[in-house]
Amino acid sequence: MSDNLYELKDIHKLFVKGREPVEIFDGLNMTIKRGDFISIMGPSGSGKTTLLNMLGGVDKPTQGKILFDGQEIQSLGEGKLAKWRAAHIGFIFQFYNLMPMLTAAKNVELPLLLKKLSAKKRKENVEAALALVGLSERAKHRPSELSGGQQQRVAIARAIVSDPDVLLCDEPTGDLDRATATEILENLQQLNREFNKTIIMVTHDPVAASYASTSLHLDKGEFVERDVAA
Amino acid sequence: MNDFYLIRKNLTRNRLRMILNCFAIFIAFLLLGALGSIRNAFDAGVELSADDRLVVVNKISFTQTMPVAYVNKIRAIEGVQKVTWANWFGGYFQEPRNMVVMLIVDPESYLDVYPEMILPDSQREAWFKNRQGVIIGEALALTYGWSLGDRIPISSNIFSHKEGGSTWEMVVEGIFSASNGRADTNYMLMHHTYFFETQSYGGEWVGWLTLTTGDPEKNEVVSRAIDAEFANSSAETETTTEAAFNRAFIEQFGNISLIIQSVVMAAFFTILLIVGNSMVLSVRERAKEIAVLKTLGFPAPRVFRMVLFESLLLAVIGGVLGMLVAQFMVEGMSNSPQIARIFPNLAIDSGTWATALTYMVLLGLLTGVFPAYRALTLNTITALGKG
Repeated sequence: MSDNLYELKDIHKLFVKGREPVEIFDGLNMTIKRGDFISIMGPSGSGKTTLLNMLGGVDKPTQGKILFDGQEIQSLGEGKLAKWRAAHIGFIFQFYNLMPMLTAAKNVELPLLLKKLSAKKRKENVEAALALVGLSERAKHRPSELSGGQQQRVAIARAIVSDPDVLLCDEPTGDLDRATATEILENLQQLNREFNKTIIMVTHDPVAASYASTSLHLDKGEFVERDVAA
Repeated sequence: MNDFYLIRKNLTRNRLRMILNCFAIFIAFLLLGALGSIRNAFDAGVELSADDRLVVVNKISFTQTMPVAYVNKIRAIEGVQKVTWANWFGGYFQEPRNMVVMLIVDPESYLDVYPEMILPDSQREAWFKNRQGVIIGEALALTYGWSLGDRIPISSNIFSHKEGGSTWEMVVEGIFSASNGRADTNYMLMHHTYFFETQSYGGEWVGWLTLTTGDPEKNEVVSRAIDAEFANSSAETETTTEAAFNRAFIEQFGNISLIIQSVVMAAFFTILLIVGNSMVLSVRERAKEIAVLKTLGFPAPRVFRMVLFESLLLAVIGGVLGMLVAQFMVEGMSNSPQIARIFPNLAIDSGTWATALTYMVLLGLLTGVFPAYRALTLNTITALGKG
């Protein structure tokens, strides 16, 4: 098994805004190793979220290849991409994106509906994921009954419950106060260090970025700076 | 948790909207059930008609009479097996509002032509022997609590008795049932000899004749032969099948089936727009959640099915509730003597239930397919990008 989890080769991404074509990436190359914790910073419109979406198979490059564990994912059809995402990717969003009508436990259970697991096994996994983020006591609460930080921890539990290889985090602390943000970032760091999860985090916050082992700065579709933690 | 749990949770997340949608569907199916039962009641006479029975009426109108001599003339026509005849009495019990359907008949031939009337032999013989005797249908007997041997006064709003008044004393000699549960037994039959002997005016005449051919393929030839026999006479005839006669009788009130169907269709079209619009709105409101599901790895066709099934579930809940309440109402109405006299076969049959279930599925599919398609083709990135 190669150390490289992701290899991005000559990625081009073109959008059409109004009548004007806008090129976000013009030949981007990138490698992400298994177990990396990478933060991606950059101004608005630099392509951070687009890059994250392409890494998660939600978006496709106009040109170029995205290899995941040696497998080209940009050429997969929608159905296969959905399966691939369910198997390998966990998403964490800025605004948590929990289902308001489901309890915390049911929200966490959602990705497990895509796997052939018994109800008992699903329950065990959900309990383990909630315990890992310290929310066992809140399993039966709905999102509206939880604080922002607790909701984000439910979202983290949902992202890790199916044991994915990668966690893709889009501004995971963008909607939280500093103290809560710190808790969330410590959760992510723990997942990276103890469970060897590869984490790719888009953020505007330099403090959040400092939790990553590698910080990349993206501007106009190119990496302009790379900081590696000591 | 499974997909059905998610569907159920999505359906009930906005309780007020779900209740209002359900109520709209409920009303449509309540109408379908109740009006469908009325249509069935009208249609029962047509459906239960024997296919080898013909009815002969006066060509001018079936309210016009014909000479009683026609009975034997028709009996002599080739292809005719059995003939009977009847007259309308226009009866009521005690008060004009207690209308009783009573026919003046020739007992032996009538029972011969209508073998579906079930009457014990002893009662049959008793009726044949007693001119003052009547036989009553079990539904009618139940309505008025009449039993064998009862003496009952039946009045006519058309004829008068030669001894004064318009009331005839009669004795219940038999209570008949029908071989088919849907057949009407809410009427009674009176001896023609008793009537002819006691009426204050008029001779012997018949309102209509019923005959059998024994083979539906002979119906056409026999009909033409009968009408030809009486062509250019003072009472020309029109011969039709029993089913056509019953249908024409019902259509005096208008095209009931078309009226009912139009009302039901108008209701359904309105509900379709209301529920369809509501479903579109509901899916639009949770575009982001649908995008999250797809991002988590739920395949688009599975999301499509979930939205479609949600709409189906809504239609089935509202529809079944509507039909159950309609069933309850119709059963209640059919137990009322006043309503039973007008609609003796009032009931929601399995055919109406099957139609209702088909409509529920159609309504669910039609109101769900557009929002489900929107969910299927939802642009995940755009939806996730919305605040």
